[in-house]
Amino acid sequence: MVAKKPADRPNASKEDLLKYYREMLLIRRFEEKAGQLYGMGLIGGFCHLYIGQEAVVVGLEAVAKDGDKRITSYRDHGHMLACGMDPKGVMAELTGRSGGYSKGKGGSMHMFSKDRHFYGGHGIVGAQVPLGAGLAFADKYLGNDNVTFTYFGDGAANQGQVYETYNMAELWNLPVVFVIENNQYAMGTSMKRSTKSPSMWERGAAYGIQGEAVDGMDVLAVKAAGEKAVATCRAGDGPYILEMMTYRYRGHSMSDPAKYRTREEVDKMRSEKDAIDHVRDLLLQGGLASEDDLKTIDKDIKARVNEAAEFAKDSPEPPLADLWTDIYA
Amino acid sequence: MATEVLMPALSPTMEEGTLAKWLVKEGDKVKSGQILAEIETDKATMEFEAVDDGIIGTLLIAEGSAGVKVNTPIATLLEDGEAAPTAPRAAPAAAKPAAPASDAAPMAAPAIATAPPAPVAAKGWPHADLPEGPTKTMTVREALREAMAEEMRRDPNVFLMGEEVGEYQGAYKISQGLLDEFGAKRVVDTPITEHGFAGIAVGASWGGLRPIVEFMTFNFAMQAIDHIINSAAKTLYMSGGQMGSPMVFRGPNGAAARVGAQHSQDYAAWYSAIPGLKVCMPYSAADAKGLLKTAIRDPNPVIFLENEILYGRSFEVPTDPDFTIPLGKASILREGSDVTIVSFSIGLTYALQAAEILAKDGISAEVVNLRTLRPIDYDTVLASVMKTNRCVTVEEGFPVGSIGDHLASTIMQRAFDHLDAPVVTCTGKDVPMPYAANLEKLALTTTAEVVAAVKSVCYR
Repeated sequence: MVAKKPADRPNASKEDLLKYYREMLLIRRFEEKAGQLYGMGLIGGFCHLYIGQEAVVVGLEAVAKDGDKRITSYRDHGHMLACGMDPKGVMAELTGRSGGYSKGKGGSMHMFSKDRHFYGGHGIVGAQVPLGAGLAFADKYLGNDNVTFTYFGDGAANQGQVYETYNMAELWNLPVVFVIENNQYAMGTSMKRSTKSPSMWERGAAYGIQGEAVDGMDVLAVKAAGEKAVATCRAGDGPYILEMMTYRYRGHSMSDPAKYRTREEVDKMRSEKDAIDHVRDLLLQGGLASEDDLKTIDKDIKARVNEAAEFAKDSPEPPLADLWTDIYA
Repeated sequence: MATEVLMPALSPTMEEGTLAKWLVKEGDKVKSGQILAEIETDKATMEFEAVDDGIIGTLLIAEGSAGVKVNTPIATLLEDGEAAPTAPRAAPAAAKPAAPASDAAPMAAPAIATAPPAPVAAKGWPHADLPEGPTKTMTVREALREAMAEEMRRDPNVFLMGEEVGEYQGAYKISQGLLDEFGAKRVVDTPITEHGFAGIAVGASWGGLRPIVEFMTFNFAMQAIDHIINSAAKTLYMSGGQMGSPMVFRGPNGAAARVGAQHSQDYAAWYSAIPGLKVCMPYSAADAKGLLKTAIRDPNPVIFLENEILYGRSFEVPTDPDFTIPLGKASILREGSDVTIVSFSIGLTYALQAAEILAKDGISAEVVNLRTLRPIDYDTVLASVMKTNRCVTVEEGFPVGSIGDHLASTIMQRAFDHLDAPVVTCTGKDVPMPYAANLEKLALTTTAEVVAAVKSVCYR
């Protein structure tokens, strides 16, 4: 972790802090529930949980405006919840039901919401990077000031197409924020076993792209960096790279043997850097909320997640005729 | 001793060109590397340099002469102190014929490619598949350009991107003039990064635009095939119908001439295997124009496989500005009663020539031009086969898992009782494309093979 929690915090109102708390907690509880449903056999295939990384999407969604777009990898549940997609529709997609965002045909890794400008959910590592730059290309072509948040991990950051995209994004000044979610492990390969680059964001300099590393466990630091990146892109000076130093508590997917890191490392991160605890502390220590206030929120979130899970269990499987629909427009 | 300066081959497929301008005159002393003349091919105007020092003796071909065959002597070069011969200047028409194909530079395609099939009067062929109305003659290249220009005028969200599409005016001159008309915003030159720009184009299609991606050749699209298939073709399905990829991937496909294994692959069967893609493979200029306009308007990703050797061929094209060809409709290029030859793109060159030869032997072949490989027009193929009871397919791609294999299987399953003979497939050989001229010719399918296949299914 390069960044530390800054001593002098950017101003955040009580309302903002409560909002971030609620949103991060929703992602965490949702993911815990998804893990449970996976264990019960209700969710199949690959399922990649976002637990630990919540501050990244919540902090960046705090600076997005209507019309901005987002696209990410297969570890996508958090991004969908953060941009306002309905937990019921997301969970029902995980269970492969007709009430899911893709009518059960996409699954955990391939979900979209055109309404919320969420462009997937991509199962091919790194593919979302040029796709995100393409969304930004369209916005620039159409002459609006929208920005596309293109998320990818430290593993994807070694793919060739990322650098092809950097080159063109800078050449054409595309309004795209490249968000490297550096959770330090590409599946089971730690960063130091996959590259000798001292950092990921600095690689952008080879193409003339500005950027910075950010404490991705601190939602306020994420938001502050996001504001700068977005303003740069809206002003026509994109792209911008944000390397979010973060950590995933769970395995790469549900079938991760976790042999590549120690239990102690994970526990240390959880106890010292947890993004939700951080906001919780700010709220309690600042006298902005009481234990009871937070308990009420916890209860409310739990109820929403349970409701999503019930919906995902009850929603019918897609009709068999759906096998043959949506192949051609 | 005087040496002859020969008309150069300036591209793999060039067979003749125009000697646009002499930049030297008789008696000029020239140095190796000095520009002697400007030569126009169908792709570009090129400067032609001296390879030796010397003195220009006689300019054998006058400037402005068109149709000068490759390897025709165009001037003589004298050594220092050598006297110019007194022989009168040859008129262009009297220029020596090009050397035989076996040692001429361009030897592209089998000799057949240099001799397009002669039109046949019967039943208005070869225009039987065109709508009524006035036509004009244009090359496949011009037809593709006109289709793009018309669609870009119609819809401001249509744009072209690819390598050398703008300032270079197109590696194969397809996009010539488009940058001037539409500007750099809509005719986007890319760096050489197929994987990256294909992905950007797919993203742009999700963002509300209608990209046309030009691959300099489909061989290079192998670098981009993940985005074509995983990103463009599957997203409509994976999103439960929320968002698709309205776009065209186009460019030359298949063997050109003497460019070897990595530049000579036919991807017809590859892309045709993918649900979510549509695949066009035009033969004539009318196909090219009518299909490309439809492809650009289509809300799905369309693979548009062109053929470099066909780019320079001329055909009649309807002048009606609303002329389009629906995807998924084959045409009958030549009617017949004894056998059905199904083909597409350059394969039709062999199919039509074979039909001509077979007619002289009393075999009446019906030639079906598939035009679209996905969706494929099974109805037209099956109706023809049910009429003739025999079928031969012709394509340049590899034999295993070919379009012909798929048709043979479909015909067997749906028209078995109508068949008087097994379906025979004529394809490229099961080898990487060799460079040597004689081996390359052997690797492609030939008219002779099609004739033999038809005779075998007719038990003749």
